[in-house]
Amino acid sequence: MMRFMLLFSRQGKLRLQKWYLATSDKERKKMVRELMQVVLARKPKMCSFLEWRDLKVVYKRYASLYFCCAIEGQDNELITLELIHRYVELLDKYFGSVCELDIIFNFEKAYFILDEFLMGGDVQDTSKKSVLKAIEQADLLQEEMGLA
Amino acid sequence: MPAVSKGDGMRGLAVFISDIRNCKSKEAEIKRINKELANIRSKFKGDKALDGYSKKKYVCKLLFIFLLGHDIDFGHMEAVNLLSSNKYTEKQIGYLFISVLVNSNSELIRLINNAIKNDLASRNPTFMCLALHCIANVGSREMGEAFAADIPRILVAGDSMDSVKQSAALCLLRLYKASPDLVPMGEWTARVVHLLNDQHMGVVTAAVSLITCLCKKNPDDFKTCVSLAVSRLSRIVSSASTDLQDYTYYFVPAPWLSVKLLRLLQCYPPPEDAAVKGRLVECLETVLNKAQEPPKSKKVQHSNAKNAILFETISLIIHYDSEPNLLVRACNQLGQFLQHRETNLRYLALESMCTLASSEFSHEAVKTHIDTVINALKTERDVSVRQRAADLLYAMCDRSNAKQIVSEMLRYLETADYAIREEIVLKVAILAEKYAVDYSWYVDTILNLIRIAGDYVSEEVWYRVLQIVTNRDDVQGYAAKTVFEALQAPACHENMVKVGGYILGEFGNLIAGDPRSSPPVQFSLLHSKFHLCSVATRALLLSTYIKFINLFPETKATIQGVLRAGSQLRNADVELQQRAVEYLTLSSVASTDVLATVLEEMPPFPERESSILAKLKRKKGPGAGSALDDGRRDPSSNDINGGMEPTPSTVSTPSPSADLLGLRAAPPPAAPPASAGAGNLLVDVFDGPAAQPSLGPTPEEAFLSPGPEDIGPPIPEADELLNKFVCKNNGVLFENQLLQIGVKSEFRQNLGRMYLFYGNKTSVQFQNFSPTVVHPGDLQTHILSGPAQPPASPRRPSSPWGSRLTQLAVQTKRVAAQVDGGAQVQQVLNIECLRDFLTPPLLSVRFRYGGAPQALTLKLPVTINKFFQPTEMAAQDFFQRWKQLSLPQQEAQKIFKANHPMDAEVTKAKLLGFGSALLDNVDPNPENFVGAGIIQTKALQVGCLLRLEPNAQAQMYRLTLRTSKEPVSRHLCELLAQQF
Repeated sequence: MMRFMLLFSRQGKLRLQKWYLATSDKERKKMVRELMQVVLARKPKMCSFLEWRDLKVVYKRYASLYFCCAIEGQDNELITLELIHRYVELLDKYFGSVCELDIIFNFEKAYFILDEFLMGGDVQDTSKKSVLKAIEQADLLQEEMGLA
Repeated sequence: MPAVSKGDGMRGLAVFISDIRNCKSKEAEIKRINKELANIRSKFKGDKALDGYSKKKYVCKLLFIFLLGHDIDFGHMEAVNLLSSNKYTEKQIGYLFISVLVNSNSELIRLINNAIKNDLASRNPTFMCLALHCIANVGSREMGEAFAADIPRILVAGDSMDSVKQSAALCLLRLYKASPDLVPMGEWTARVVHLLNDQHMGVVTAAVSLITCLCKKNPDDFKTCVSLAVSRLSRIVSSASTDLQDYTYYFVPAPWLSVKLLRLLQCYPPPEDAAVKGRLVECLETVLNKAQEPPKSKKVQHSNAKNAILFETISLIIHYDSEPNLLVRACNQLGQFLQHRETNLRYLALESMCTLASSEFSHEAVKTHIDTVINALKTERDVSVRQRAADLLYAMCDRSNAKQIVSEMLRYLETADYAIREEIVLKVAILAEKYAVDYSWYVDTILNLIRIAGDYVSEEVWYRVLQIVTNRDDVQGYAAKTVFEALQAPACHENMVKVGGYILGEFGNLIAGDPRSSPPVQFSLLHSKFHLCSVATRALLLSTYIKFINLFPETKATIQGVLRAGSQLRNADVELQQRAVEYLTLSSVASTDVLATVLEEMPPFPERESSILAKLKRKKGPGAGSALDDGRRDPSSNDINGGMEPTPSTVSTPSPSADLLGLRAAPPPAAPPASAGAGNLLVDVFDGPAAQPSLGPTPEEAFLSPGPEDIGPPIPEADELLNKFVCKNNGVLFENQLLQIGVKSEFRQNLGRMYLFYGNKTSVQFQNFSPTVVHPGDLQTHILSGPAQPPASPRRPSSPWGSRLTQLAVQTKRVAAQVDGGAQVQQVLNIECLRDFLTPPLLSVRFRYGGAPQALTLKLPVTINKFFQPTEMAAQDFFQRWKQLSLPQQEAQKIFKANHPMDAEVTKAKLLGFGSALLDNVDPNPENFVGAGIIQTKALQVGCLLRLEPNAQAQMYRLTLRTSKEPVSRHLCELLAQQF
């Protein structure tokens, strides 16, 4: 099960955080700070996995943004790496070549898309079509209601 | 695709975000945020009712501010209002706010639950999913209580939409993980398993996660899922790369689902049904075969997804550990990855091979890759990969390659990253000990460790080398010679001085014949380091000096001069001063005979599990030392190391904080415990002839009292009898037609006194009546004929270099050997808890009744909780401490059915009898019980917190214990769970 997912910039600005296990605010801040430091210090060619506390961390950089997931000991690292990629694809498809600014200005959408894809730290649906259809429907719903 | 921020664009929000981004400094940003917060607050408080859009916008701004890292303490109510909006986006933002800013405010939770309830009942799948997401995101107990019963219904309802089923499955999984007791098992569970057959791949993907979690807790109830999972997996694996349409990811069919199915199968042993097993093996082979096929795409996503399945397949093969053919194929596959250009694959291959190394079928195959792994250790540029390589070398080590691996690890240590040095040191120390054929190699290796990485050599490591040298006389001379040479280095590490000081003090005489290492040379060499050392080391050296006086009388004058110096006799450190004073007196008062006895060579240490191994396990979590624990792999290794091997049945595991040789307390040499007579001599020296307590057993009694090997196993009902006494101190411990044994006991701090009453129920005299107390672990029993004495001299622990790891000291007085018919005799036991213990002492009663020998062994009702001291504390302190003990191994939890009527008063009495304080007004739920106490032992105190949650409806309890020591948590939890 994924414990949390963080999106942060090369400058160490947190852009999105999703926690799948109740964690106190103080502890969250501490973990974010610590983990960002570790990940940002790593060189480009290094491997995408590392042991951190009692968790495994899987991360990948897309342009200026780091996507970073903490998973449990039994979880599969490679599939988590591809889970990050699938999320990036979903964002890309929705925003149309997504960039960091899209996520800053539409953070709520980034959350909604993530929620359609992952729930409680587990993959809910891996089909790009299903996830995007759900989001599309939601957008549509809001327009219909707006008209009503 | 809808253009972003079309219909629902919140201009105000975009402007605000731009403003924040344009802030030139942190101060400007904070100023802008405070302005916005004030604005929002006034809007929320204003008289004018806000429309939904404005509410949404402001709540969204608050959310943004929170995500920037600022605290938000208002707006929750407005967010809750949004939940009941009929506009989808407003509802959605409301739910998002709630999920991100979870608030345990119970008033609010009730309102939130209400909104969720409405949405769940709405039959609008989009709304239902939002509500389910919110439950999963918050996942609190209150939510569990409100919805745990509804969600299974939604999950298996025939008319639920697929998307709702998916959300319901994962939502239920979340609730089940958080509070398993709240999720009622029932007929839905059977139907859940059949979701594995569902048409919709998304539903299967979500359901597998839920089923996997349920299986772990109730494997038998879900057994049928194995064959379903195998057939699903087989369909995916054999499908063409485009069959599954949108569930194909870069030409790999359903990688997520495949990984999850393989994970599910790892909850079970290999299928028993031959057809199912055959099908599964076919699947596994197909995956291995596909790995050799040319890739269908050059994209890294393709190979990652494919290899994710491959690694999970290998995990399953390792889990089964029964198919030699597959294991070797897995190993060869990983071998290819070891040289792959992708760092990620090299990392994972090293990691996966580590587990493969512990299988007897593949151990040899793993070993063939030794050169590649050594090369990885030397050349990998990423420290996390090097760490994996070091782990694998450790796991693949056996007697055939130990020398090579140890020397490579030592070489690596010189340049290793600081973060992993200590771990490498521990590993080298363990391997060197485990695979030592001749112990001179072992001694060399450890001294090298100290030389190369002295700062990272923990106490456990150098204690261990001393233990081994002490226990093996074939290596003592070599050790003395080697440390002597090592000490000649101009700058040698303090740990080297410690080891050198101890070994020369014990065995310096073995090299004294060589003029280059004559006694005065040895002494001046050691003393040249003295002034640069810490107090603990200097204390140790002083003990070495007094041992020298005994070993080499010619050094006596010099050493006495050193001891007499003002810097020693008037040392500000009380320990050093005391040693100097006492050693000086000892050396001048005692005759050579007395000296020779007092300062005799240390007796061998009792065999026990290597504390280094324990430390490594602690560092790496359970399973870290598994490669070494695994006797199966290398059965012959037991012989080579004699008793040093960890053998779980007989060893006592030293606690993590155990001070192996007692050097922290650093008592000076006194009488070795083995030579009982010496105790009296020592007392003579210090106290004069007036006080002469008999410290040891007199020879006659020592022979008569049965050793532990004479004691039979406890009677079958011993555990049950013991359980009766966990929460009470007085009562009848045992009764049959002949004998009744009553108990009265009282405990205070780490001391206890117990009265045992033996009643003869017959009219015939019992003869040779002899009750004995022994501890199956390492209890120290003193059978004294005289008046009870404290277990050790009040002045000093009786062991030269510190007391051994004894858990309990129990003194019993002898009772009369005859018990008349109808009479009762009484026996007093004085008990001292020296450190935490898990097994109670045994009471063995033997006597002759009418000529027939009778024997019976009971468990003495002395359990660790008897040494509880209740601790009162306020709610705040309790929660703070509770949080401090948050490591998973510090907690023990049990959920169990009530065996007795659930009466709050009775429960209270039992908890008080257990020994902890009961804390009121701590748990928000008044039905729950919360307690705190400290277990007092001589060596250490263990703080304990406990929480008992009765669930009257389910007739179940949940008991949670947190203590600073892992075995104690578990043990207390087991003891207490039996009581309700």
